[in-house]
Amino acid sequence: MGAKVKIEVRNLRLSYEHKEVIHGISFDVYENEILAVIGPAQSGKTSLLRCINRTIDFIPNAFVSGSIKIDGEDVLKTKDVYSLRRKIGMVSPLPVGLPLSIYDNVAFAPRCAGVSNKNELDNVVENCLKRAALWDEVKDRLDSLGTKLSGGQQQRLTIARALSHSPDVLCLDEFSIAIDPVTTMKIEDMLKEIRSQMTIILVTNLVQQARRIADRTMFLWNGEIVEIDSNEVIFSERTKNKKTYEYVQGIFG
Amino acid sequence: MNDNPQNLFVETAFVRKKKRQETVAKSIFLAMSVAMIVPLLLIVGYLVVKAYPSLSLEFLLDIPRKGMTEGGIWPAFIGTIYLVALSLAVSAPIGVMAGIYLNEYAKDNWLNRVINLAVINLAGVPSIVHALFGLGAFVYAAKFGCSIISASLTLAIMTLPVIIASTREALASVPMNFREACWNVGATRWQTIRRIVLPNSIGGILTGVILQVSRSAGETAPIMFTGAVFYKAIERGDLFPYTLDGQCMALSMHLYTLATQVPNVSESIPFATAVVLLATVLLVNATAIVIRTLIRSKKKW
Amino acid sequence: MNQGETKKLKSRPLWSIYGEKAIEILIKVSGISAIIFVFAIFFFIFREAFPVLSSPNFNLKEFLFSSQWYPTSAVNVRYGTFALTIGTFSVTALAMVIAVPFGIGAAIFISEFCGKRLKETLKITIELLAAIPSVVWGFIGLTIMSKLITQFTGAPVGVNVLNGGIILALMSLPIIVSIGEDALKAVPDTYREASIALGATRWQMVRRVLLPAAKNGLLAAVLLGIGRAVGETMAVLMATGHAVHIPHGLLDSVRTLTANIAAELGEAPERSEHYQVLFLTGVLLFCITFVINITADFVIRGIKRKQ
Repeated sequence: MGAKVKIEVRNLRLSYEHKEVIHGISFDVYENEILAVIGPAQSGKTSLLRCINRTIDFIPNAFVSGSIKIDGEDVLKTKDVYSLRRKIGMVSPLPVGLPLSIYDNVAFAPRCAGVSNKNELDNVVENCLKRAALWDEVKDRLDSLGTKLSGGQQQRLTIARALSHSPDVLCLDEFSIAIDPVTTMKIEDMLKEIRSQMTIILVTNLVQQARRIADRTMFLWNGEIVEIDSNEVIFSERTKNKKTYEYVQGIFG
Repeated sequence: MNDNPQNLFVETAFVRKKKRQETVAKSIFLAMSVAMIVPLLLIVGYLVVKAYPSLSLEFLLDIPRKGMTEGGIWPAFIGTIYLVALSLAVSAPIGVMAGIYLNEYAKDNWLNRVINLAVINLAGVPSIVHALFGLGAFVYAAKFGCSIISASLTLAIMTLPVIIASTREALASVPMNFREACWNVGATRWQTIRRIVLPNSIGGILTGVILQVSRSAGETAPIMFTGAVFYKAIERGDLFPYTLDGQCMALSMHLYTLATQVPNVSESIPFATAVVLLATVLLVNATAIVIRTLIRSKKKW
Repeated sequence: MNQGETKKLKSRPLWSIYGEKAIEILIKVSGISAIIFVFAIFFFIFREAFPVLSSPNFNLKEFLFSSQWYPTSAVNVRYGTFALTIGTFSVTALAMVIAVPFGIGAAIFISEFCGKRLKETLKITIELLAAIPSVVWGFIGLTIMSKLITQFTGAPVGVNVLNGGIILALMSLPIIVSIGEDALKAVPDTYREASIALGATRWQMVRRVLLPAAKNGLLAAVLLGIGRAVGETMAVLMATGHAVHIPHGLLDSVRTLTANIAAELGEAPERSEHYQVLFLTGVLLFCITFVINITADFVIRGIKRKQ
């Protein structure tokens, strides 16, 4: 694997009102890898993703310090948050089909970015739906409402939407909690496939999922990094921290 | 009480008392609800019966004759349409945008708390105080004189807070996670509002605006001193009788005039005027309610 | 894989970025306009009223606490609004005595005791009740109600405190019912389920659980009803008669602060002292309703914070 650093996080701190939830963490994400982030609830995983695509701005009283550099550019200081967010695909825990047709759901982001050419949009829609393993199920009813799809389909639609602005980085936040195991496996296969094109950060509550598809895994606990290492180390008895071993083995957590 | 387990589910005196109280309470509350509605129906029925001799299309289209003791109400009817249309043309855009600001842009800071208090207070200002304001601000200070413009602007400010409130309610019914999904793919706030939030709340917003049509059509006090007159001679059935810088008649004002200022008016005429005003207002309201029901049944999520 | 899709999306055209900026500025200005309007209302009314404060005929204490209102008298001009204030409050108080029990009772019935269809019907009826213009209410008071009152009580005139009170009660009912119902709806269903599960009847549940829990919301509903009644103009102008004195009974005619402005403003010459005093009455009304509305808001806000 190429060791080119894609995202460089340094001393990131985040507090809501006066309560600090991320206590100065630093780590790197390499290009074209899948980094899994595991940890119990309230350990700051979702907040971390919100910092990366700056949707933290929408939360009142949230205060961020430190730096997050993507390709050397600090996202916390960037002027153009909208192009930043287009660089990052974000998939939320619960599937969100926008109240638009399936086609418009996927074409939403390109349109917001100023694409209006019909051919170009058709291409994007078909490609993204295919990559999200949804194309075959919906290709005959692209005009029906995205909100009327089943939960698993909506989650794949969400992923298609996240791919529609051709991001460099794809963040998935516990994408499998609301969907069935079969769909989960489909999406996991897809993630392994698109890894060659982008960097993936996978926040998950399923330790086994991290083990199955990630290259490296980060264990976050109470807003601090307990350990970050390749999967061979994390899922073995050679972990540096005993807590990691216990969490991964299901002894605590 | 009852010790025998066999009789566990049998009514005791205590339970019977409880049940009796329940029935009594329910009937009292039912009576109270009915007491609210029955007089209303009786009153409306009485109005219609009294008005019947004068009610006809001719009454609507004709002008008042013989010192308003005979004839119809056309100038008042068309005047009300002028006032309502102009006032909504002003208050609807401002009110909707203010609602968008408060629901979509405002952060929880002192400025927005002050705006909230202002909206609440504006909604509670008595209509006669709005009239005084219209007189002081538009008629005298802005030198519009007693005119349709002054009266409409006064009405517009009066209807503003309700439009703001109903817009906010409609916007708030669009779930937050739609907005977040849009922001996640790089849509700006405005793109999110225009493409997702507004299309899914426009029905609710429209309903709020339509309800204001009926409210401003019925208002009397705010236009009494700012632009409405007792009598103005126009052609029968004329659609464009007024100019914006001139005064006009209005249905509500006309009813007040007929009821209190004009002697020897034939009895059915004020009743018919009241029925026309009431019917107009209720018809507009019913339309709004129908639209709202249709939207609710066609929810997209 | 398609090579085209990895290429970066182009950025938006400039006109769309600046157009968006312009719209957002417009939206913000509209948002702030509400504050401007409230201040403008106070400013313009006070500006018209201001000169009278320095007039030798005017005395603030007399304005508030004297019941002598002789604004057009040639020799003995008096501007005391006390009788008008009492007029307003007597009519409002009577209206509330009637409307509060009925309003809250109806709110309880709608929210707790009736089926879904009946509930929808009742809510729509109440909405329509709220839509009846005040001048129509005034007309009803002047014609139907006054006839009924003279017939049943033998009062010499049918337009009096009783008439105005009944009309105002009917007018403020819808607001009390709809806000009261909102307050009851805001009580979590778990409260209801818990007390029903313990074997309480619905009535016991309402009395012991619901009413205490929704107390503040119901108070706010009553306050807003009062606000509406105090500010009402046309209906009381037509239904309460025109006697500027402190009423001694339900069958006395009175005049309220609002009706007084509506009745006399047309006859007061522009910028005369009489005209200015009427504007000062407007300032007084503005302040009274301001206090009522802000209190209601604080009561409602208090509930939201607790939840």
